[in-house]
Amino acid sequence: MKPFDYQRATTPDGAVALVSDRPGAVYLAGGTNLVDHLRLGIVGPDLLVDVNRLPLDEVGATEDGGLRIGANVRNSDLAAHPAIRRDYPMLAQALLAGASGQIRNAATTAGNLLQRTRCVYFQDVTTPCNKRDPGSGCTAIGGYTRYHAILGASEHCIAVHPSDMAVAMVALDATVAVLGRNGERSIPVEELHRLPGDHPERDTVLEHGDLITAVVLPPPLGAGWRCTYRKVRDRASYAFALVSVAAAIRVEDGRVADSRISLGGVAHKPWRAVKAEDALRGAVVGDESFAAAAGAELAAASPVEGNEFKVPMARRTIVSVLRELAGQSGESR
Amino acid sequence: MGLAWGMTRISVSVDGIAYVDEVEPRMLLVHYLRDRLGKTGTVVGCDTSNCGSCTVHLDGRSVKSCAVLAVQADGHEVITIEGIAKDGELHPMQRAFHESHALQCGYCTPGMIMQSIDLLAANPDPTEADVREGLEGNLCRCTGYHNIVKAVLTAAADAKAAR
Repeated sequence: MKPFDYQRATTPDGAVALVSDRPGAVYLAGGTNLVDHLRLGIVGPDLLVDVNRLPLDEVGATEDGGLRIGANVRNSDLAAHPAIRRDYPMLAQALLAGASGQIRNAATTAGNLLQRTRCVYFQDVTTPCNKRDPGSGCTAIGGYTRYHAILGASEHCIAVHPSDMAVAMVALDATVAVLGRNGERSIPVEELHRLPGDHPERDTVLEHGDLITAVVLPPPLGAGWRCTYRKVRDRASYAFALVSVAAAIRVEDGRVADSRISLGGVAHKPWRAVKAEDALRGAVVGDESFAAAAGAELAAASPVEGNEFKVPMARRTIVSVLRELAGQSGESR
Repeated sequence: MGLAWGMTRISVSVDGIAYVDEVEPRMLLVHYLRDRLGKTGTVVGCDTSNCGSCTVHLDGRSVKSCAVLAVQADGHEVITIEGIAKDGELHPMQRAFHESHALQCGYCTPGMIMQSIDLLAANPDPTEADVREGLEGNLCRCTGYHNIVKAVLTAAADAKAAR
């Protein structure tokens, strides 16, 4: 591992100043992804600014009845938090579908959002990768593509974002609070991550030095909504998603009154399935409507050789999840 | 910056003993434990945070010590596999692993035991499925999972009987 300097930030503003002033500086939170990358030589920062001591580890109610989750809240604590389990069970499910106990104990909320792709070529410094080394080429295209994108990819990168948590947050219309050089701003989680386009080296819209201080959840979906997170993977546990679906629907008089659907494992960012949501609005509950909605979203899918299977897998998973939610009775949300 | 990269002072409690050390920021916690403190009971398996062999407790919760920098442990308490027996008595989880013969080559065992303790702390009365799920981050290359799961269930039952 290359050597680097290390400083502990004591205030959020101080942290932002330390990183903003040094092009080679990065934040260190749980370290579960960054420490791996340091060891593998994927990144070579000259300064780590440790943000673990910043007072960002609380979960608290917001004025409008939502929740503000501090950036440093650990994934295991968030998944076990009574308000999350009660009011945002889809988020708890998604958190527990990711990683393993040890990693969830260390990984933070902001760190989970900012974790990087598990594309094997990105992680192998001996192969070209436009995300790791801009302009060097993409080894995944024409390579082993089982875990790669079917939506929104570019000729420069077909990597996917690996987070489960973020997929649920997108479906929940969560926002991130960001502290930067010029003060605070709020960004919907849906807009935090980018599509690769010509600059796959940029995972998010954040600028160097920007610090996520919290994730803000709007008020719970409330009565009449049912939601779930389903992850399809090669093993029953401890694997990244081939496809995952976070979905919530509200049914009235046999029709879908409203829905929220987002997909994981299919794109460079958690994918909000707006076209599927539009197609479902007012539709008669049933497999025909669900398949039409999934089809509307996946019409734009452009798989590469080796991951064509993910298109029908995504379609079937969407239909299956919606069927499950529509068939449920009781108060579960 | 020049050639002289800084050292960082850390104060850390390991298995109940307080240490103050100067470490390079890039030193992994597992290397600090093994190479600096001689606590070789915690082993390095995959070195890429996959296998869980290096699991220790940081402030009472399991982490993979190959994915934590030693500087991150500053001000915190680390318990390793070497620190869970008390007064010459095996920890109940160690005893359960011994009695269920929950090992083949034994390399994953320290991590399995540390994760199993964390698992029961979070869920004192787990089902077999809960145990398998809770150990998802620990790989046994001998595939000796059956007796490992049996050991954790035995430890849970023993603890329940003692309550």
